[in-house]
Amino acid sequence: MSASGKDGECGILACAAYLPRGRIARETLEEATGWVTGMGRRSSGTRHFANWDEDSITMAVEAARHALQRMSDEPTSEVASLNLATTTAPFADRSNAGIVREALNLNADLSPADRGGSRRAATSALIDLWARRQSGPHLLCAADCIDALPASDGERDLGHGAAAVVIGAGNPVARIRAAAARHEDFVDRYRESGTRFEYRLEPRWTRDAGTVSQLHDLIGQVLAEADTAATDIKAFLSPLPPDAERAVLRAAGLTQCVTAAPLRDSVGTCGSAHPLVMLSWALESAEPGDQLLLIGAGQGFDVLLIEASGGASDDPMSVGRQLAAGRTESNYVRYAALRGLLPVETGLRGERDTRTAHSAHYRRHSDLTGFNGGRCVACGKLQFPRSRICVHCHADGMQTPESLAGLTGTVNSFTEDWLAYSPRPPLMFGNIHFPDGANVMMEFSDFLPGEIETGQSVRMAFRIKDIDTRRHFRRYFWKPVPLAGEQSGG
Amino acid sequence: MAEGIRDRVAIIGMGCSRFGERWDCGPEELMQEAFHEAREDAGIEPAQIGAAWLGVFFQEQSTGKSGLPLSQALRLPNVPVTRVENLCATGTEALRGAVYAVAAGACDIALAMGMEKLKDTGYAGLPERTRGSFEDLWQPASTAPGSFAQLASAYARRHGISMDEIRRAMAHISVKSHQNALHNPKAHLHREITEKQVLEAPMVAWPLGVLDCCGVSDGAACAVVTTVDNARKMGHREPVVVKSLQLAPSNGWELSSNEWDGAHTVTTRLAAERAYREAGITRPLEELSLFEVHDCFSITELVVMEDLGLSEPGRAVADVLDGRYDIDGVLPCQTDGGLKCFGHPIGASGLRMAYEIYLQLSGRAGERQLDAPRLGLTHNLGGVPNRNVASVSIFGHADG
Repeated sequence: MSASGKDGECGILACAAYLPRGRIARETLEEATGWVTGMGRRSSGTRHFANWDEDSITMAVEAARHALQRMSDEPTSEVASLNLATTTAPFADRSNAGIVREALNLNADLSPADRGGSRRAATSALIDLWARRQSGPHLLCAADCIDALPASDGERDLGHGAAAVVIGAGNPVARIRAAAARHEDFVDRYRESGTRFEYRLEPRWTRDAGTVSQLHDLIGQVLAEADTAATDIKAFLSPLPPDAERAVLRAAGLTQCVTAAPLRDSVGTCGSAHPLVMLSWALESAEPGDQLLLIGAGQGFDVLLIEASGGASDDPMSVGRQLAAGRTESNYVRYAALRGLLPVETGLRGERDTRTAHSAHYRRHSDLTGFNGGRCVACGKLQFPRSRICVHCHADGMQTPESLAGLTGTVNSFTEDWLAYSPRPPLMFGNIHFPDGANVMMEFSDFLPGEIETGQSVRMAFRIKDIDTRRHFRRYFWKPVPLAGEQSGG
Repeated sequence: MAEGIRDRVAIIGMGCSRFGERWDCGPEELMQEAFHEAREDAGIEPAQIGAAWLGVFFQEQSTGKSGLPLSQALRLPNVPVTRVENLCATGTEALRGAVYAVAAGACDIALAMGMEKLKDTGYAGLPERTRGSFEDLWQPASTAPGSFAQLASAYARRHGISMDEIRRAMAHISVKSHQNALHNPKAHLHREITEKQVLEAPMVAWPLGVLDCCGVSDGAACAVVTTVDNARKMGHREPVVVKSLQLAPSNGWELSSNEWDGAHTVTTRLAAERAYREAGITRPLEELSLFEVHDCFSITELVVMEDLGLSEPGRAVADVLDGRYDIDGVLPCQTDGGLKCFGHPIGASGLRMAYEIYLQLSGRAGERQLDAPRLGLTHNLGGVPNRNVASVSIFGHADG
């Protein structure tokens, strides 16, 4: 397909990634599991992994909030569609994208769509949205949280992360010039529905039979359609392993390109989200006019030629700042326990039943998922939860919904509770003061013991509140976390 | 205009079981043990009881709902029994029901029983419980120590006092209660401890170590009440009487408003103001002879010293470290060891506190007897600092 039509103003309006703070050095993985694999694998770099209370939904919400914040001149009420691409959707039969929509307080009439089934889900959705040429703005989120068996190649090279792009007419930071896609039922790895871990075939077969020739053709097609020479390409952003990537670059005459190898080394490859994570990262340092080739891989390929039009940017949501704020886990067992790869003792309090009263949830679903409190029209003050009678001035029926999700809170009190059950003890919680009168007792996340102080600022993040293992359900709420891009340690 | 409860109702008998990890007792045996003592003390037969109130908090845990467990345990003559529950103020709530019934003239003699059988859960601390179908969806699944620990960090922030200094005062509080409990044979914990041990104890919920926490105990306590006139007719010449019984529940303000500093309990202040007014007390520090506060955790005892109007705001740490509330201080607190060492069977605690004041005012407190006490106060704080029920009761002898 080609970039036909005069749509110069239609493009990528914003792009942002979210990386969970947790990461583990491959050396640590090797120390713990090297006895299984033998052969002395070379292990360098780190891989990011989601906290126990993060999944593809929560990470997608974070990435989307970052992206929407970067185009703050556009009101979120105008978002025209929402796609969530993931191969690790928490729910098979409940709209995952719908939960993202509600957490973002986007309109209910935009038909949130789940896209999955392939690690190409995000790039395929991006091509679809681009091809439609609608003014949007369209929000595309991608998140993946693929876990792998201890000692597997996947444990070493996968990462967890999310990214979001906003596409539409406006002031684009990048423009899609051409795109091409091709499906091949090339099964070099797969996960059957309902199973957690992938099954992989020999990487050399993938590289030689499945990657180089297919991708070479598509790249040629895209470059020809955009009338661009291979030598004009600045960056080649692919989720391929290093040797396969090198082979493609050689075959396509792209050896001058920079790659996203630094992300592969520090974050790991984030499934369907990885192409958009790479795009986010690349655009943050791109100069206007830079030509980028973005590759989606999985039973065939997507290839997009993207031209950067915004300047380089750096803000607290940048990939660089998030990488700097990462926290390296030195304890393999803790990583494995947090990811549910290793059962550990929970104590009898861990047996607490977290069955959800769904009718109660539905009554307040917007309050809970969108963190909507009430602003009293009579006294002007805010409260959570919202109630008919104002907690401040007792005015009756004067509250209008207003989300606290974007507010910065201040820690007024806190504790580290070693008696309570938490998948990551201690349970840390405290009273958070918000502007305009509100106080909410909340559970912290992403802080370690000794890191919280009264008076410190925190931001709100959408997280898993409880996991009901008996009924295979998880419920979500908001938690105070360190400010974006900041080290969590004081 | 309502006249309040002052000097209208007398306590003519009280009983209290031994508190502790009573693996030997179920709810029935605990209530029977407490009632046996109260019945002997009051000199009554069950047939004379016109109505009874049973206070149990975790009724689902081991006791069962309704007033039936009490009616059945004591084989009461089918008189009305009402089960009440108001968090940790449950025992006081049971007493309130009985006292009000007698004051209203609805019956001549009423029984208030508070009881809790906690140690059948198989784990330490209080039983896990739901906070309600909506609250569970967003509130942290906190424990009691974690919730009360919030007071400490907020108090430090509010008054600019170092956590080390606050923890020293907290340790002093625990040491004092352990010391007092050595003279109380019914107490759960009989062990002398040092401030160093408190400060170095394993952390439960920062900054509360295990020795900052009260005992989780089984136990029962009860009171037999009647009118003052009736008490005298029955031979109780100078009975202990109720001077005030006040209750103040949160209305959601602390939970949702950032105007609350998190460093004091609003409800205690309100209940105390009302109780002093009802009892005609204007200078509590001078007029009271002793008091029992809801020391579920050492930090709770510390901040309620200010909420009860006994220490000036921000001065509780200094007053505690000065020994003002020690057994030989200006105003002794927790003469029986308090929740800390007597133990905290939730439904029984309010009545257990009244029991200590009753014994002291009657001159029957044994080795821990104070010299001629006149007025005693009890305080409960049910729930957690940001959402609770506070009760303040005052007992003395009838005026004139």
